[in-house]
Amino acid sequence: MSGKEGSGGFRKRKHDNFPHGQRREDKENVTSSSALMISFKSFQLELDTRHDKYERLVKLSRDITIESKRTIFLLHRITSSPNREEILNESEVKLDAVRQKIKQVAQELTGEDMYQFHRAISPGLQEYVEAVSFQYFIKTHSLISAEEINKQLVFTLEEKEETTNTPSSNSHDKQQHTWSLKVTPVDYLLGVADLTGELMRLCISSVGNGDIDTPFELSQFLRQIYDGFTYIGNTGPYEVSKKLYTLKQSLAKVENACYTLKVRGSEIPKHMLADVFSTKADMMDREEGLS
Amino acid sequence: MSVSEMFIALQGSLSVDQDVREEIRKVVQTLEQTAREILTLLQGVHQGAGFQDIPKKCQKAREHFGSVKTQLASLKTKFPADQYYRFHEHWRFVLQRLVFLAAFVVYLETETLVTREAVAEILGIEADREKGFHLDIEDYLSGILTFASELSRLAVNSVTAGDYSRPLRISTFINELDSGFRLLNLKNDSLRKRYDGLKYDVKKIEEVVYDLSIRGLNKETSSAGGEK
Repeated sequence: MSGKEGSGGFRKRKHDNFPHGQRREDKENVTSSSALMISFKSFQLELDTRHDKYERLVKLSRDITIESKRTIFLLHRITSSPNREEILNESEVKLDAVRQKIKQVAQELTGEDMYQFHRAISPGLQEYVEAVSFQYFIKTHSLISAEEINKQLVFTLEEKEETTNTPSSNSHDKQQHTWSLKVTPVDYLLGVADLTGELMRLCISSVGNGDIDTPFELSQFLRQIYDGFTYIGNTGPYEVSKKLYTLKQSLAKVENACYTLKVRGSEIPKHMLADVFSTKADMMDREEGLS
Repeated sequence: MSVSEMFIALQGSLSVDQDVREEIRKVVQTLEQTAREILTLLQGVHQGAGFQDIPKKCQKAREHFGSVKTQLASLKTKFPADQYYRFHEHWRFVLQRLVFLAAFVVYLETETLVTREAVAEILGIEADREKGFHLDIEDYLSGILTFASELSRLAVNSVTAGDYSRPLRISTFINELDSGFRLLNLKNDSLRKRYDGLKYDVKKIEEVVYDLSIRGLNKETSSAGGEK
């Protein structure tokens, strides 16, 4: 059992970032040539490759989440900004950057079973769906379809320097020129469910800016989405049904806002409505904290 | 496309998914049943009398693996071949159990560790992801770890049955297996947790060997050993 002590010390450094080459040199000393050890060495390589890939994807997913969140914050500023177009353009630039990240994900997944690594990338994709559907709503006042999103996630080899920069895809560059990633129905649904939270915020802040029409429009749109989710009910996985509750709360807030607007709108001057809502939103937040 | 149309389409795809899962679950249930039958059969080797007819038990188990093959073959047809990992959770557990059983049978027959390729062969599936329905490496390793704790039981019981040489062979075997596992850089996942249990199995077997050595029993020729 000459391999035992040597490899024992070695195990302590589990999951580090040592380059593979160096690791293998270490191992030469402890080589025991039994068939069992040889096959376990190949398992080591296989597991390391798999874990490394997973970690890279988690990192990408996190980057996608952060950038998508920033895009959403940017888009919220649209209610108070005089220059709508400028913000939309800026958001487009940001989303393009996110899509470049997703392209890297797609490249990592070339030839793999996407579902094997789905858990690593799912949070990022959901956030991206949220950001992209939010932008789409502001532009067109309608819901982006899953097909539309997936269409934007087909990448072709156009920016040469982009692709050669990613080390993992070098070998694929020659044979393959397109990469694509599909957002699964569940990721799409969860992203859309989060979108409703953003729309609720958009609604409250637009009233704050004296915009009376947006809330009514939003409440109608949210109701459609809510109906959609109730139609799906518990066909989907657990996460989808869980979002239904939050969705209902968002919808209730918007509906209450509309109610107040109708009732009080006639008696309060526009510039004072903002105050009514800021106290109301505050109260609702407190209620939420209690429940 | 209106919002409600979109949701109708989504609901459709979700319920298709659910139906597929339902089908898979049915097949997995029959697989679990077969696995239980094999396990019951193999448990017989722990009985004092069972040590004699190990070969016969192995042969019977091999027959059962025939039905495992057909059941796995029908499982393959239940979902698109390139979506193995989408439904992986459903058969993960039973596949690990089958690896354990196959490893046990092979060990009883030849006292060697079954290779991943050989398990795949016994189960009638692939060892390689590219070739189709395959045995995931983590499932293989998990199954092997379950098998290791069965070996520690076997060591204890073979002493009871009067076979004093088998524990020594098991000890050598499990030590090698342990050093194999030490090569792996495991993440903090379920495989890691199971691996952490391996040291107790090693310890147990070492204790048995110690008990035998201190009494000089390891030098005696085994009286009731199954083989030899």
